[in-house]
Amino acid sequence: MRNTLPVLTVVAAILVIWYLAAFWMNAAWVMDQAARADREVGFADLFTATMTQDRPVVAAPHQVVTALWDGVFGHEITSKRSLVYHGFITLEATLWGFALGIAVGVGLAVAIVHSRTVNMSVMPWAVISQTVPIVALAPMIVVVSNALGVEDRLVPKAIISAYLSFFPVLVSMVSGLRSPQHMQLDLLKTYGATRAQVFWKLRLPSSLPYFFASLKVAIAASLIGAIVGELPTGAINGLGARMLIGSQFGQPLIMWAALFAAAILAGGLILIVTAIQRAADRRMGVMR
Amino acid sequence: MTTDTVISARDLSLTFQTGDGSVHALQDVTLDVEKGDFVSFIGPSGCGKTTFLRVMADLEHPTGGTITVNGVSAEAARRDRAYGYVFQAAGLYPWRTIGGNVRLPLEIMGFGKAEQNERIARVLELVDLAGFEKKFPWQLSGGMQQRASIARALAFDADILLMDEPFGALDEIVRDHLNEQLLKLWERTEKTICFVTHSIPEAVYLSTRIVVMSPRPGRITDVIESPLPKERPLDIRDTPEFLEVAHRVREGLRAGHGYDD
Repeated sequence: MRNTLPVLTVVAAILVIWYLAAFWMNAAWVMDQAARADREVGFADLFTATMTQDRPVVAAPHQVVTALWDGVFGHEITSKRSLVYHGFITLEATLWGFALGIAVGVGLAVAIVHSRTVNMSVMPWAVISQTVPIVALAPMIVVVSNALGVEDRLVPKAIISAYLSFFPVLVSMVSGLRSPQHMQLDLLKTYGATRAQVFWKLRLPSSLPYFFASLKVAIAASLIGAIVGELPTGAINGLGARMLIGSQFGQPLIMWAALFAAAILAGGLILIVTAIQRAADRRMGVMR
Repeated sequence: MTTDTVISARDLSLTFQTGDGSVHALQDVTLDVEKGDFVSFIGPSGCGKTTFLRVMADLEHPTGGTITVNGVSAEAARRDRAYGYVFQAAGLYPWRTIGGNVRLPLEIMGFGKAEQNERIARVLELVDLAGFEKKFPWQLSGGMQQRASIARALAFDADILLMDEPFGALDEIVRDHLNEQLLKLWERTEKTICFVTHSIPEAVYLSTRIVVMSPRPGRITDVIESPLPKERPLDIRDTPEFLEVAHRVREGLRAGHGYDD
């Protein structure tokens, strides 16, 4: 536990900066109110007032914690006001998008490695796809899937999520499948191995460490994709919708709570992926 | 060329086209390797010794001349799995155990499960690695890893063993030990071995014939039949016969280098 002290120090520093920022940013409103009412405010009053606003510019940490607590534990998990409910909606889209992204990424990588034509025709588009801002693309995907008669909001969200998450998997898998050295390929040639045998016995196992490393990036991208998919055109469920409602209806604390719920969800997902990666590394005989 | 000729090269040439023009990796190389021979190829880097070995293995294609392995083309011999190839690096799969690595060629060649197991046990015994079957490569020393890679090359019972500086990356003590073991293994299995090295003592100690090569263009400058007996304890390296052969190899290497630098 040698790391505890430095970690706690950083957390404490962040909290201090955060509180100072909340005080600084929220003070203007308090001063303004006081000026209108022709009152003088002392420092103690000013400080208290900046920490307890209903609509702060920057919510203070304890306000966020309270809102988060209320969102998670304060309601039935089936309630529309429960962050657990909205979290599950987002999680579902994230996992579908993640799975779809992996399938597309791995599939394209296998095709790219085995065919020069595919490499030259697909790879540039894959790169270009990631330069298009997803916030511009997301509403189109939602509208188009609606026009195609897909009622379930899950489908466009999963597609947006996969749109972001396939790319890191694709890039890593192409590197991974190409990682065997000449010597390894020559060795299999001396055995008279077929292309399929080279793939299953050498290329695929060689690529697994690359694959698992890319999953960490992909799961985070999936979550962002799912949340972005919840922002446009009237979604009412999911953490993204919660953020939007919070900011549009003047309830910043709801927005902050949803933001932190999303961060916690991301942290949890990355922990799970890391655990899977560790288990796979051990299984593959990699020393740790 | 006799009926016992395993590898026969006639006027073999290989020219690589590079950005700076063509490189004559091999020029007019003619050599017969007889069954049961232990032939070493020695020479400075760039003399084509590894290229020659790779041509035998059908990993490179000659631009001139002919080569036959077991009486057929190098490609046909490769498809017949006529040889086992040992590279400079052990190149074991880190995700497979030692047994799993030896199993690799057997899986590819479609041996039955029971026979795979039987062969793995036999060749690991042969290279003194019995009991290490379940270990992963990183748990073994460099010398042990290279022995495992030799076991992998032996597993499918090819009559020819092509070895490309297999002990080049190991320290001298380990190398001595492995040389001794390799000789015993050669005696027991009666294989034909082609062995690339840049160490004079190693070449003289191991070989029945030593092929001295020189660079630019890569060619054979001398072929030395070793007068040493088949039984070779390590201290044979201090005998006058040994030193005489070593001297002749050194002379051959020097002659090949003479007009170059």
